[in-house]
Formats: sequence, C-alpha cells, structure tokens
Amino acid sequence: MMNFIWLIPFIPFLGFLVLVFWGKYLSKRTIPLVGVGSVGFASLITILAGINFLSNPPANDFFELKLWTWMNVGGFAPSIGFHFDALTLAFVFVITFVGFLIHVYSAEYMHDDDDYARFFAYMNLFVSAMLMLVMADNLVLMYLGWEGVGLCSFLLIGFWYKESANAAAARKAFIVTRVGDTAMALGLFLLIIHFNTLDIHEILQKAPVQWAEGSSIATWAALLLLGGALGKSAQVPLQTWLPDAMAGPSPVSALIHAATMVTAGVYLIARNHVLFELSPIAMETVAIIGAVTLLLAGFAAIAQYDIKRVLAYSTISQIGYMFLALGLGAWSAGIFHFMIHAFFKALLFLGAGAVIHALHNEQNMFKMGGLKKELPVIFWTFLAGSGALAALPLITAGFYSKDQILWFAWSSEKGSPLLWAAAFFGAFVTSIYTFRMVFITFFGNVKTHVHHSPGKMIKIPLIVLATLSIVGGFIELPHNFGHITIFSDFLSPVLPEVVLGHEGGNTELLFQLFTGATGLVGIYIAWFFWFKNPSIVYNLKTSSFGKSLHGYLINGLGFDWLYDHAFVRPFTWISNINKNDAIDLLYTGIANGAQGLNKSFSRMQTGNIRWYATGIVIGLIITLAMVLFL
Amino acid sequence: MIILIISTLMAGGLLAWFLSKTNAHLSRIIALISLLLCSAAFLYYFITNHEIILASSGWLEEIHFTWIPQFGISFHMAMDGLSLLMIALTLFLGILGVLASWKEITERTGFYYFNLLWILAGIVGVFTALDLFLFFFFWEIMLIPMFFLIGIWGHENRKYAAYKFFLFTQASGLLMLLSILGMGLIFYQNTGKFSYDYIDLLTVQPEGTLGLLLMFGFLIAFIVKLPVVPFHNWLPDAHTQAPTAGSLILAGLLLKTGAYGIIRFVVPFFPVASHQFAPYAMVLGAIGILYGAVLAFSQTDLKRLVAYTSVSHMGFVMLGVFAFNELAYQGVVMQMVSHGISTGALFLLVGMLYERTHTRDLTQMGGLWQNVPKIGAVGLLFAMASLGLPGLGNFIAEFLVLSGSFQASKVITAVASIGLVLGTIYSLRLFQRVFQGSMHKDWRISDLSTREAIVMGSLIIAIVWLGWYPQPVIDIVQPTIQLVLDQMAMHATF
Repeated sequence: MMNFIWLIPFIPFLGFLVLVFWGKYLSKRTIPLVGVGSVGFASLITILAGINFLSNPPANDFFELKLWTWMNVGGFAPSIGFHFDALTLAFVFVITFVGFLIHVYSAEYMHDDDDYARFFAYMNLFVSAMLMLVMADNLVLMYLGWEGVGLCSFLLIGFWYKESANAAAARKAFIVTRVGDTAMALGLFLLIIHFNTLDIHEILQKAPVQWAEGSSIATWAALLLLGGALGKSAQVPLQTWLPDAMAGPSPVSALIHAATMVTAGVYLIARNHVLFELSPIAMETVAIIGAVTLLLAGFAAIAQYDIKRVLAYSTISQIGYMFLALGLGAWSAGIFHFMIHAFFKALLFLGAGAVIHALHNEQNMFKMGGLKKELPVIFWTFLAGSGALAALPLITAGFYSKDQILWFAWSSEKGSPLLWAAAFFGAFVTSIYTFRMVFITFFGNVKTHVHHSPGKMIKIPLIVLATLSIVGGFIELPHNFGHITIFSDFLSPVLPEVVLGHEGGNTELLFQLFTGATGLVGIYIAWFFWFKNPSIVYNLKTSSFGKSLHGYLINGLGFDWLYDHAFVRPFTWISNINKNDAIDLLYTGIANGAQGLNKSFSRMQTGNIRWYATGIVIGLIITLAMVLFL
Repeated sequence: MIILIISTLMAGGLLAWFLSKTNAHLSRIIALISLLLCSAAFLYYFITNHEIILASSGWLEEIHFTWIPQFGISFHMAMDGLSLLMIALTLFLGILGVLASWKEITERTGFYYFNLLWILAGIVGVFTALDLFLFFFFWEIMLIPMFFLIGIWGHENRKYAAYKFFLFTQASGLLMLLSILGMGLIFYQNTGKFSYDYIDLLTVQPEGTLGLLLMFGFLIAFIVKLPVVPFHNWLPDAHTQAPTAGSLILAGLLLKTGAYGIIRFVVPFFPVASHQFAPYAMVLGAIGILYGAVLAFSQTDLKRLVAYTSVSHMGFVMLGVFAFNELAYQGVVMQMVSHGISTGALFLLVGMLYERTHTRDLTQMGGLWQNVPKIGAVGLLFAMASLGLPGLGNFIAEFLVLSGSFQASKVITAVASIGLVLGTIYSLRLFQRVFQGSMHKDWRISDLSTREAIVMGSLIIAIVWLGWYPQPVIDIVQPTIQLVLDQMAMHATF
C-alpha cells in the first residue's frame, strides 16, 4: 500500500492535466467529476495509507519512497522521493480531506462561472503541489511544492483576471512571498555547503553532530528558512499580501489562504525542528514574531468592513498562535492548532462565501444583517466555526487547541509572562472581532435580501466541518481534564515533547478558567458595542482620534503604506528614469563623438591650397619643436 | 559527423538561395529538410554511440587536417559532451527558427534561408573548432549572416540595430584575434614552432600581466556576446529589431557561444588570471542580473522586455562560470540550454502576438487571455520559466548556479539572488500586461495554429523534461566540466 503513496499528489495532477487539455470539451457535469473526483480519490488513498501506517508502523517511524534521482551533481543528489511519517500524515489528511470538502462546495459555488474547468484545473494543481510540499523527502523538492502552491495562489487570486485590482492582488501575493522564498533558497544553499545534501532526514541527523547548540551557523540556517516561512504564512513583516488575496473566489480563500498553503511555514519549521532547536535565538524569534503577529492582525480584524478581510486578518492572527507554539518548542500543540484551525477557518470562509453568494456578491458586513432566519444552516454552522475561533470553553475544538498554546506560553521552559500576556490578550481580541462579525452579519435587521439559498453541495461540507470544529478537539484534552493525548502521542515519534519550565500543573485550572472567562467577556463586548449600542462605536469612529485610529487599523497598521514608499515607489522610479538604459549613452556618445570628429575633419578638406599650406607649416613647426625640446 | 552537419547546412543554404529563383516557397522546404537531415543523422549518431558518449571523458570525434602549415594553422575540429549538447540545441532551435519564419518571411526568401542556415553552420563550427584560427573563422561566419538577417528582414529600426550589433561584436572580436596571435607567438617563443591548436596552446599558460591582458582579449569578446553589463547595449536593439527567428537564434544560440567560449577557452587557457579576476567577474554577473531585471521591468516594448531578461539571465552564467565548482558549472550549462529554450519560446510568442496584433506595445495589449487562452497558457508557462519556477529547466540552472556561487562568495550570491525577486516582478508584469486586465482594443485574433502548437509544444516538452529529469544533460557535460576544473585546480592555487 505504502508504495502507492505517490498517487496521492499524482492523481490531482492528472486531474489538472485532463482539465487543461480537455476542459474545453467537457460538460459542466463532467468537469466536477474530474476536479472533485481526483481530490476525493487522493483522500481515499490517504485514508488507506493512514490506516496502513497506523496499523503497521514502519521501522524508524517513517516510510520512504524514492522514485528517481532528480539530479546528481558531484554527490549532491536530491531525489524525487517522498517521506511519510506522522507529521506528513496529519498534513496530507487535512489537505486531501478538507480539500475534498472545499472542492465539493466549489462544484456548486462556481457552477455558473464561464471558466469552470479552469478553476478546477488550478485547484487540482494546487492540491497536487501542496501534497508535494508536505510529502517531499528533501528540501529542493519541498521548494518545488512551495513555489508550485505560490503559483496556484497567484492564479487563483487573479482568477477573475479581467479586473485589474484582482491581478494586482495576485501579483502582490506572489512577489511578497517570493521575498521570503529567496531567503529560504539562501538557507538551502547554506545547508548544501555544510551537508552536501538536502535530504531532510539526513540533515536532521547530521546537524546536531556537526553544529554546536547556539552556533551562529545554525542560527543563520534557521533564520533563513524562517524567512520562507514568514512569507508563505503571512507573518509580520511579510503579512501584507494575505488580506488582498481575498480577491480570489471564496473556496480559494478557504483552501489556500486558510486551511493549507498559509500553514506551509508552520510545516517547514516543524519539519526542520532540529535546526531550530539548535538555535535558541531562532526559536525566540519565531515565538516573538508569532506573538506580535497575532496581536497586530487581531487589532486590524476589529476594524474591517469586508467579511472576508476579517477572516483574512484572523487567519494571520491564528497562524501567529501556531508560530508562538513552535517558538516555545510546543511542536505538537502548534500542529494541533493547525488542524483545528483548518477545520473552523475553512468553515468560516465557506460560510462567508455562501453568504456573499446569497447576497449577490455583497462582501460588506454592514450591508448584511438578520441572516439568522434567512440562512439557518449557514448561521448555525458559522456559529460553530466562530465559537471555535473565539475558543468558547469546553464545547469547541478551538478552545482545546488554543488553551494548550496559552498554557505552554506560561509554563514551558521557553515561555514567559510577556508571551503569555500577548497570547491571552490576543484571545480576548479574537473573541471580540469574531462575534462582532457574527452579530453584524446574522443578527439585527435584514439589510439585503437573500437572492437564492444554497444547495446541498454547499451545505454538506459546512455541516461536516462544523461537526469537526466542535468534536475535533476531543482527541487532545488537557491533563487536568480528561487527559486525552491521542494527537500528541501520534506525533511524538516525529516531534519532541515540549519542555516544561517553572510552575507546576496546579495553576493550570486557574489559567483555563481565566481564559475561558475572557472569551465570554469578549463576546459580551462585541454584543454590547455592535448589537446593543452601535451608536457608541459610531460616535467614536466619527471623532477625529477615532477616525485616524480606524483608518490606521483598517489599512493593516500602515505596513502597505510603508512598503509602498520604501520599496515599490523607489523601484518603479529608478526603473522608469533608466528606461532607456543610461549605459547606452556611453556608446551613443562614442558614436556621436566619432561622427563629430569626422565632420570637423571633413570640413578641413576644403580644396583650398592656402589652408593646406598653413596646415603643413603648423605641423612642421610642432614637429620641429618636439624634436628640439623633447 | 561535424563535417556532415556543417556542410549539409552550408549546401542547404546555397541550394535554398539558388532555387528560390524558380519557386519562392522551395527555399523554406529545403531549409527544413536540410535541418531535419542533420538532426536525423545526429540522432542516429547519438543513439548508436550513446554508451561511448556517456562513458568517455575525452573527444568523441576528431577531425584533423593541416591547413596552412607554415603558420601552424590546421583544420582541427572535435566534439565532446559540451559540444554535443550545444549542437543538439542548435539543431533543435534551428528547426523551430525555420518553422517560425514559415509565414513571417515573404521577401527575398532564398537569401533569408541562406543566411539562417549559414548562421547555424557557423555556430556549429564555433562549438567544435579546436584550432583557434578556425574558431575565429567560424566566429565571423555566424556574425555576417546575422548582420544581414537583422538589417534586411528586421523591424522599423533595423539598420541601426544591425550596425550596432556588428560594431560591438566586431570590435570585441578584434581583441580576441590579438589574443589568439599573442598566444601563438608565445607558443613559438617556447617551442620554436607555430601552432594555434587548442591542445598546444593549453600548455602555454601565460602568467602575470601578460596573462591578464591576453585573457581580457578573449574575455571581452565573450562577455560582449554573452552579454555582461556594461557591454550589453547591442542586445536590446538587435533582439528587438531582428525578425522572430533572428531573435530566437540570437538569444537561444549566439549568446551561448559567449558562455561556451569562457568555459572552453578563457578558464583553461588562463586559470591563474581567471582566478585573479573572479571576484570582479562575479560582481559583474550580479550587477548584470539586477540591472537587466530592473530594465526589463520598465520596458513597454514587449520584445525589448524579453531582451533585457536575457541580460539578467546571462548574469547567472557570468556568476557561475567564475565560481569554479561543479555545482555552478553544471548550473551554467543548464542555464545555457534552458535559457535557449525558454527565451526562444518567449521571442516566438512575441512574434506570434505581433503577427496577430501588429504591435509590440504592452500598453496596447491586455486581457488577451479571453481571445487566445492557448497562447496565454504557453505565455504563462514560459513567464514562470523565466522567473525560475521549479519543475522547469531554468530552476535547476539558477538553483545550481547560486548554490555553487554561494560556496565561492556568500555576499555576492546573496545580492544576486535578489534577482529571483526582480525576475518575479518582470515576469508577472509581462504575463499580466499581455493576458490579464481589461482589453484596450477589440482584438479579434486567432489562437495557436497547428504549426505553432507543434513548435511551442516541443519547447514545452523540452523545458519540462529539463526541469524533472536533467540528469542526461548533467552526465553528458560532466567530463568536460571535470577537465576544466582539473585544469583550474592544477594551475591556480586557491
């Protein structure tokens, strides 16, 4: 069975090829059969491979499959090959399973689009590339998947390419992530010098032997890889592309910009955890960036009007939590939050998409309202997702995954009160912006009427994801409450356990109560300001201080402005003034000089004998003078 | 084999010229047939001998006649893995060049195909000549027909471009001639006999200032051809003004003769001087990558944009060649092949769009995907190739070059790798400005014809194959690279 895992990325790729070459000739009924079917088939193989993997765990806890040697240059020989362990399985499961649900949803959601086949072609290609990314046994192949998902993200953000704003958003996403990718590429070059291989397993074994803990070379390697992770996972300072990426269709936002691609950075760091563990500085950087990002993005989310932009900032913020967990060395907590986040954030994006569809492409929340009655299924599932996002205590999966991170921010060896405070305050902000969104969208007066209600293909994925957002958390419960560790046990062969520092477990309950209560307070605040007394917010917003604060928040805290002035404008300016290539002036100068000389010399050829005689005399005098005096 | 190819191409050219008087269409058929004949023979040769080719580390085929014995000039040609690969590329792009000209060229077709085939013959000669005089002879042969090709069948500003091209290459070629003579003279001083044979001149190894000066003679000729900033100015004009097949051959093959020259002659002849000059050369390479990319971004003429991307991409060659390690050298060779294919494809694409819209102005285009999705998809693929997307040959090239040059200089490589970001910026601009956004004019244009689909399809297969399984290329050139690096290791101390 395990020898067939290459089919997992290959079948979606096949789907892509079929849709590219024959999409034009397929009917609207057969297109989703290919597009959705290929991902469904991949998830089926994943489940079989997963069962096989869990029932007969391979020796060393991983399975390797080398298809062929990609290139072999003087011993540096990355292969086209796969590495399959528990971490891979967790990611592959989310990609194929959540991916499948999103594809089912898209079959209805995109049905009336002219470019139905093109949409599924890109989506299939994306799934294939994403699977390559997480299954690759070496970093070059991973880079292939890494860039491949970047391409698909570009293509799908700009899917409605006739709007130049969409094209600009697509371009921005590609370029900003490419900045991070370039740092990552340099990291790969550094690893090649030291290990002459990019096989992940080999590097992770060699690194602790060759490099001392805290050595500057390990820090460099880890930080350069981190650069790539920051770009893809939209963390500060490379987060600016993700809110704009919402220009793509909603299923794209759900699949790429919530559930899978944006968590590639989390995967990269977890996969190379040994390198990061060798560098305390890098670990600290990861944790701090996570903490800063989760706060900044949370603040920005409170001010947004566009429902998808709220969710985009929320995604940035939640990935910040994952980074925080990784930086603390709480590897499995980070991956657990990744999985739960994939469930509830995909759900929220799909729910938002259904609302947008029902309201005829209205994305402004303030033009929505009262949808609770009109779209009940959407409402209840959206509420389940929102509860998980706001980490409602006990009943939602988000509580268990986030609580773990908060607890480790306090209690782990690398944790600190400051990191905990950031995470705690972030959780508070999260519940505010989440329920602000829920109250504005689903409660109050109806502002726009529902055009058409969603069908089965949209509802079923929502219900499945809503269920997972509730019960998904029960596979990992805190040790003072149930103490179930299915998920962390599953990952333990790959990822080391978090090192606890000060403070024992007896305060944990206190923290949990505290966190749980804050979530509820956040919901109350959201209810109070955006449902009960919206005039307070309105008055604040119209005051001059409120106006500038609101402007600052809604524009993502000024990062776009800064980058525009620091990079984009200088670049286009330099590029434009030098459009005609200044170096060419040198050569035209030579040419003109030669022509000028030619002209002046030809002017002397007048045919006038007196001129010639004068010339001869002057020449004679100069020559004589030189002979005499030199 | 070598003689067969060169003489077939030359004879085919002459025949195409003479027979065009009776039937104008005959010449393109003759050109195609002679190229196909060469390719078939070449393929047959490769298939029957591939075991020897992959196993041998020396010359696969050698032809040696005395020519002008008084001056030690001989007719010495030979082929090793690198030559073999470059000849394969020449024939491949040659066929596509003829197909691209199929409808575009309507005037003086006989003379056109004569020039085209003679350029190709000259290029094959350059890739195989082992006598420096003979090498220079072929170097000129490819120059003059190209001058005509640009000057006669080019676009609006063709005369200017043709003269510029001619002056740049001719002036730098002259410096090379001086260096060749210099090498011959030193050999005469050392041994008492004249020789311009590659193998003999390898033993000269001039040192000190003399070595540096002689090296510069060769190097300047090659880096003008490559081109390296600040000697690149002929290129945008020549590429923009040349007919489609001319741009294809310029970008795909002529530039590669510069890279070939550096690997074949400059480094083995002057390992010490090359080593001294290496840091500056790498800086020039990095400057070329960035400067070309910035200029590419600002162009509004589509063809000029693609031309500047070549400047940027050839910067990687310069960077890699002077890193002196196997990774970088394999990367350089991959870059020579992949860039030939990908940029060739982009020029063909521009040609197709020009044929349909009669403009190369980016501001006039936009939204063309609606009309011509197939051309759009091909454009997307090759825009991705030019930004170095993994899975396509250019990625292997850039990745190997940079990982090799990183071992030689971390700082220069880090600066050069900014080119990956800039490459993304101009490639996306290229793709989006043409195919996305709203339409500025009500274009009613047709998508790929069968002939065009065959041409682009074969290029796509080639670039994807190089991206997923580049090992055959790596294996074929490995012995050549090993010899160059051994020569380097023997004479220059690091």
